[in-house]
Amino acid sequence: MTTGTRLGRAPAHLLVPALLGLVFLLVPLAALVARTPFRGLPQRLTDPVVLDALWLSLWTATAAMAISLVVGLPLAWVLARVDFPGRSVVRVAVTVPLVLPPVVAGVALLSAFGRSGVIGAPLRDLGISIPYTSTAVVLAHVFVALPFFVVSVEGALRATSREYDEVAAALGAGRGRTFFRVTVPMALPGIVAGLVLGWARSLGEFGATITFAGNFPGITQTMPLAVYEALSTDPEAALTLSFIMLVASVLVLALLRERWFGEIAR
Amino acid sequence: MSPALNRRQPGSPAVALLAALALTVTACGGADDGGEGDERRLTVMAAASLTESFTELADRFEAEHEGVEVVTSFDSSATLATQVASGAPADVVATADRRTMQMMADADALAEEPVVFARNVLTLAVPADNPADIKGLADLQGSEFVVCAPAVPCGALATEALRGAGVTTRPRSLEVDVKAVLTKVLLGEADAGLVYASDVVAAGDRVLAVPSPELTEAATDYPVAVTADSGEPDLAQEFVDLLRSDEGRRVLDEAGFSSGEGEDQP
Repeated sequence: MTTGTRLGRAPAHLLVPALLGLVFLLVPLAALVARTPFRGLPQRLTDPVVLDALWLSLWTATAAMAISLVVGLPLAWVLARVDFPGRSVVRVAVTVPLVLPPVVAGVALLSAFGRSGVIGAPLRDLGISIPYTSTAVVLAHVFVALPFFVVSVEGALRATSREYDEVAAALGAGRGRTFFRVTVPMALPGIVAGLVLGWARSLGEFGATITFAGNFPGITQTMPLAVYEALSTDPEAALTLSFIMLVASVLVLALLRERWFGEIAR
Repeated sequence: MSPALNRRQPGSPAVALLAALALTVTACGGADDGGEGDERRLTVMAAASLTESFTELADRFEAEHEGVEVVTSFDSSATLATQVASGAPADVVATADRRTMQMMADADALAEEPVVFARNVLTLAVPADNPADIKGLADLQGSEFVVCAPAVPCGALATEALRGAGVTTRPRSLEVDVKAVLTKVLLGEADAGLVYASDVVAAGDRVLAVPSPELTEAATDYPVAVTADSGEPDLAQEFVDLLRSDEGRRVLDEAGFSSGEGEDQP
């Protein structure tokens, strides 16, 4: 990031709202940490139910991002680079899960993959049942996080001129080769941002997961579900769990930023 | 090339959305202010299972009290307890168990000793077509059923009932509230679920109650109390009286609740 030496100081009418926004985001988090009873922390950190929930949250969010990358990157590319009739309709369809209340997203997933669902019923005849499994958790995460990823990546792809693609094509690269050697590297900051955004969304996902996958420790109980369950019985435990989840996610993001994303996304 | 400018693109819809939200909030605030002053307002916070009966009782109360508006808010008892204990503006609070009411009493949020006004009996509910042919609690063995998490009142009752009936099959999901159990049964995503009698009534003919004599003692008491901070303590007391009147009894009966009389001290 460049400093404002040539452009002058940042003006107050931008700094003041920026500061307001920052304070608004940080005050509730600071208040949460301030209320966290740290005495219970060591005990929670060794509680197998908590560890199961944390591990489940981390791996399902990561798996959801792997799937999002495989199907979402091509989808974003198609939306950004391929002209076809009805493209704007498809774009709207991709963003619908963003405005859907997550619980409704869960019901939608049940309608598709549930016991009597359009896909779930035939699967059940084959002996495959998705609801109440960890697979259901991953599917719920993909459903709510994929739109974030696609919108973010499509924005990045549109921001990099397609002229570079055309130059690569003129130099003899096929469309597939151009995609991997030119388009993707240029849009990488957007792709990384999309993955981080989607991963974070997955980690906090509650409504779709509990509706579609249910809540069972070790199988479908992610951290937000564990926090919600604790909230109804032991609010102190809920605060401690929230704190653990907060620290774990910040740690992962910070580590990734240092180790990998830092070099390409900066 | 200016990355700073490019990045603005994906952000702008979000800004527009925020602006729209801000406008909506302002508009709502403006409309709200007009009605205040000439109308007395009674705020009733109640357990989610009371939604249907309290909505009707609120209507009757308004009809009997000229110029009084009853505002109802329904949520899980634990959430209500947290909200009222931290100063939510309620006049009357009714929960689905004694423990959450005690949490508010301990926080000095109640004006008086709570009184029990209804009872809700745990009920074995199956989808209308009863796909797994469940005829009693014992048939849950080997079936796909859901119950509440043991930490919440309906789950504690369910765990005990299942043990009593010798059911060792693991529930597919430990839902965090009873409505979630009902949803799974309604959607046909479970062969059966343990809910309250009032939930079966609320679900209409889409859900059947399977008679289970072993559940008659598995019940929860509903206490009600006027809050300490109530600005309308007399009106609030009249609402509590309505609950315990013949008229209130009838409405609660129709909603599936049994009589809570004879146990005044929770």
